[in-house]
Amino acid sequence: MQDVFVAHAAELAGEGERRIIVHGAREVGVLRAQGRLHAFSNHCPHQGGPVCEGMLIHKVEEVLAADHTYHGMRFDSTRLNLVCPWHGWEFDIATGRTAGDPRFALRRFEVIERDGDVFVRLPAAQ
Amino acid sequence: MLFHSSDPDYNRTVDDFDSGKHLRHARAEAEKRGLDKMLVIDVDCHHYETDNFGPILQYIDDPNLRQIALNTFSYKGPAAMLMDQPGYQDMGGRVMRYQMRKGEKVEAPGLSREVAQTLRWMDALCVDYACLFPTPMLFLGLHPQPEIEANLARAYNRWICENVLPSNDRLRSMLYLPFNDPEATYNIVKEFAGRKGVVGFMVVSTRYKSVADNAYMKTYALLEELGLPIAFHASYHWNDQLISVANRFITAHAVGFTVFNAVHCANWVINGLPERFPKLKVIWIESGLAWIPWLMQRLDNDYRMRSSEAPALKHLPSDYMRQMYYSTQPMETVNNRAALEVTMQMINAETQLLYSSDYPHWDMDLPTTVWDLDFLSEQARRNILGETAAKLFNIDVSARFPR
Repeated sequence: MQDVFVAHAAELAGEGERRIIVHGAREVGVLRAQGRLHAFSNHCPHQGGPVCEGMLIHKVEEVLAADHTYHGMRFDSTRLNLVCPWHGWEFDIATGRTAGDPRFALRRFEVIERDGDVFVRLPAAQ
Repeated sequence: MLFHSSDPDYNRTVDDFDSGKHLRHARAEAEKRGLDKMLVIDVDCHHYETDNFGPILQYIDDPNLRQIALNTFSYKGPAAMLMDQPGYQDMGGRVMRYQMRKGEKVEAPGLSREVAQTLRWMDALCVDYACLFPTPMLFLGLHPQPEIEANLARAYNRWICENVLPSNDRLRSMLYLPFNDPEATYNIVKEFAGRKGVVGFMVVSTRYKSVADNAYMKTYALLEELGLPIAFHASYHWNDQLISVANRFITAHAVGFTVFNAVHCANWVINGLPERFPKLKVIWIESGLAWIPWLMQRLDNDYRMRSSEAPALKHLPSDYMRQMYYSTQPMETVNNRAALEVTMQMINAETQLLYSSDYPHWDMDLPTTVWDLDFLSEQARRNILGETAAKLFNIDVSARFPR
C-alpha cells in the first residue's frame, strides 16, 4: 500500500469539492460530501463510466401517506448519491452501494489528512 | 455548463466537454480486449439533426412549407416542424453528455463539426463503421400532417447524403422513410438507393399504420430487388392511449420502445410478408432482446390453434422471426444470465444479431457488452460486433482491415 498525494486540504475543504487522480492504471476520485472526504474508484461497476465525475445529488424518495396514497416525490436530505454520468447509476456516498441494485458497489479507498495535505491509500501501482 | 443539483452546494459547472475524454474508459477497456483488431460496426447510433436544422430546412421542396418552416424556426426552433415528446432522457442532468455535447468544441481540419464529433466518439468506442440516425425525427411519424413528414424526410435525406455521408468512408445511414405517405416512401427509395453511404432504409416504428397495408408492397418489392434492408427503429409515444397510463418515463420507455416494434413485427409475420418477400432483409432496432422470445412464444402458441387466420404462413411464426435481424441495444444485462443465453439461442444470435451502441443516448451500450458474453463463441461475438453487419450491408471494410 502507498499513500498518494491528492491535494492540499484547503482545496478540498468545501462541500462538493473533488479531485480525480491517476495512479498507474487506476483512477480515483476524492470528494468532500456530507462533511467528510470519500475516495472511490473512478470506474462504474456497470459499464466502466467515470463515476466520480458525475453529479452529487440527494436520493429521491416518494411521499406516501399512512393510508398508502401517493403525494409526489422529494429529496431525502440525509442521503446523498454519486451518479455515473454515462448511464445514471446512483451510488450512496455513505456506503458506495448502488441505489438500484445494492449487490453492486464502488470500490472505496482510505483517505488520510496529514500536515495540511490529503492522501489516498492505494495498493501499489501495477 | 451549470448543472443544478438538489442543493446549491452540489451544483457543478463543467466546461470543455470532450466526448473522447468522457469515453476514455471505453477506449481503455476496448484496448484491454484487443477490440481494435476486430471489426466493429455500430448499426444504430445517433446524431442530433437539430444541430443543423436551419440548413436542413433549406432543403424542403414545397415552397409554402419551406417558407413557413424557416420563419417559425426563427422563434420556435426545431419544434417548427418536429413533434417532440414529454420526458427527460438525461434524468435531470444525471447523464451529463446531453447538455454538454451541444457545446463541445470540435476542430478538425477539413471536416464539419458534425462529422468530427461523430468520429471522435466512434474512435473512443472502438467503432469502425457507424450507421447514423437522427434523434428528434424519431417522433416524426406522429405528426398529423403527412406532407410535413414527407418533405422533412426528403430534406434530411438530401442533407445527410450531400453533407455528411460523402465526407468520411466510416459513416453510413439507413435513410428515413416517410411511412405515413406510401407514395413518398417509394419515391425516397427510388431516389436515394445507391447514394454513397446509404445501406438501407429506416421506418420509425412509433406510428399508426399497418406494415401490411397494400400501399407498401411496391416499396418492399423494390427494396427486395435492390437487396437493401428495411429497418424498423423503435421509439416511444407517451401520448399513446395505453402508454399514457404510465406516469413515469421509465415505464413509457421500457414498454413503449418494445410494444410498437412488437406489434409491427407480429403484423409482418402473420400477414405472411416473409413469404411474399423472401429475400427482403428486415431489421428490428432498439427494442432490446427480451421481447423477441416473448413474441415468438405467443405467436407460435396461438398460430397452432388459429392457423386459419394466418394462411400465408408455411412455417411457425418464430421460424420467420429467426430469419430477421435484431440490434443488441439496450441489451438486458440483468441478473439472470441464463435468460440472456436462452434469448441468444432463440434468435440465432450468431447470424442474426447486430451490435448497436445507440450513442449518445442515455442507455448506450459499449462493444464490450457483447465481447464479454462468455457463453458465446468467439466467432459468434465477432459476428455480432461487425462481421454479420458487413455482409448484411455489403460494407467494404478493406480500408480499415487490409486483406
